Amino acid sequence: MILFENVGLRYGIGPEVLRDLNFRIDGNSFQFLTGPSGAGKTSLLRLLFLSLRPTRGLITMFDHDAATLSKDGRATLRRRIGIVFQDFRLLDHMTTYENVALPLRVLGKDEGSYRAEVVELLEWVGLGHRIDALPPILSGGEKQRAAIARAVIARPQLLLADEPTGNVDPNLGQRLLRLFIELNKTGTAILIATHDIALMDEYDARRLVLHEGRLHVYE
Amino acid sequence: MSTSEPLDGTENLAEPWDELEARPLRSPGPQVATAIVPRSSISGRSLTAVVAIMTFLAALTAGAVMMVVSAASDWRSDVSREVTIQVRPVSGRDLEADVRKAADITRAVSGVADVRVYTKEESARLVEPWLGNGLALDELPIPRMIVVKLWNGAPPDFAALRQTLAAQVPSASLDDHRRWIDRMRTMAGTAVAGGVAILLMVLLVTILSVTFATRGAMATNRPIVEVLHYVGATDGFVARQFQRHFLKLGFKGGLIGGIVAIVLFGVLQAMNSWLAGTAGGDEAEALFGTFSIGFSGYMAILGQIVLMAVVTALASRQTVRSTLKTID
Repeated sequence: MILFENVGLRYGIGPEVLRDLNFRIDGNSFQFLTGPSGAGKTSLLRLLFLSLRPTRGLITMFDHDAATLSKDGRATLRRRIGIVFQDFRLLDHMTTYENVALPLRVLGKDEGSYRAEVVELLEWVGLGHRIDALPPILSGGEKQRAAIARAVIARPQLLLADEPTGNVDPNLGQRLLRLFIELNKTGTAILIATHDIALMDEYDARRLVLHEGRLHVYE
Repeated sequence: MSTSEPLDGTENLAEPWDELEARPLRSPGPQVATAIVPRSSISGRSLTAVVAIMTFLAALTAGAVMMVVSAASDWRSDVSREVTIQVRPVSGRDLEADVRKAADITRAVSGVADVRVYTKEESARLVEPWLGNGLALDELPIPRMIVVKLWNGAPPDFAALRQTLAAQVPSASLDDHRRWIDRMRTMAGTAVAGGVAILLMVLLVTILSVTFATRGAMATNRPIVEVLHYVGATDGFVARQFQRHFLKLGFKGGLIGGIVAIVLFGVLQAMNSWLAGTAGGDEAEALFGTFSIGFSGYMAILGQIVLMAVVTALASRQTVRSTLKTID
């Protein structure tokens, strides 16, 4: 599904922050991306999400060479990827329902065609009672679940999550992990960027470890 | 997504949202979808005011130009329906006979509707403001006037008439007012060119104002633009979210400015009617016509309202698109 070949990344004229990355992410797979702070996890996520271009190497996403994609082509490809940010990035002036439905609205779908589906998903992540709530009044865990719901509503083939348990207590962290596992069972490939060792120990999955810009894969 | 079994009821972990699940589900959100780009994030009032003022100025310019063109056209058609023949007293010639002969020659020309010879008394009245009354015209070499009215649409052959008069009445000269008509045409043309220049400047100022306002709105809403990109929105989709607001703002501003201009022209027209017959009213009417911009003038103002809305929307769309190129 996604293939990195000799990928390197540097910002401006600085040193390479990612070096010789060679790995693949298969459909329906589950992996953790970990490493110390500053190791380049967020940069790698941005490469995976097409919001950065590598300074060298080849990235193939869904059989497309990422380097040759137009801006609209990248936008179209992003619809096959869901992303959960550490800071959620919910739109404060829109309700939980509208935030979660946003990817479908962007696709130009009629609200009547997705209303039931969004409500069902919100119920599934435990936000059925928060449909009309605006993000500023949601708790951290509720925001996290709303962000996850928004990332999966358009049924992406790959879900990227950046430190999804960084802002929640361990109990809720385990609940969120379980949610990701269930999503994986429905056919979505999952990549969770985290430095929470306890969380990774909860589930036996492939680990991608970044250290000093290089990636080590532990199957 | 298949969500037949909620995730919340699994295993022995405490479920922070379990108890909430039992509550009845509320129907989702407002029926009218919230604008993705909030209206409050765009400095709408100042931009609406700018567009309203610009539309008012554009409408005022267009109305003024139309009045000048219409007045010049009236003057031109009045003047071009009439020519004058001047017969100068020349020693050794009979002025009265020359006048009669010139009038007879003119009457015979096709295209002439009426020939009126000014009498001695009428000629005296013409020079009365400068020379006073009680003049003995016989003692002064005052030329005599012949006013020739023409039929509409069939002007006589002035060159042939001028030639005939020169041959048979050498003291007569024909003035077809061509010089005045040309001057008025030039004046009207200058007024139109000036009006078009002002309209272009008004459009330019509007475009610049909208561009600055759009850039401000883009900077304020950058986090929203980024989220839209993350969920797969194309630049066209993002641009439409801004364009929608600016089209409304432009239309609102245009409507305000246009309506104020229409009211102003209506008031001027009404004042013109009230003042009709007074010295000032007659002077104003002689200069500017009836102060009426007519049906076509009001249509032009309505067109400007639409033009302003479209220009505002297109300028914002262009600005959004060029700004989006810098955001990846």
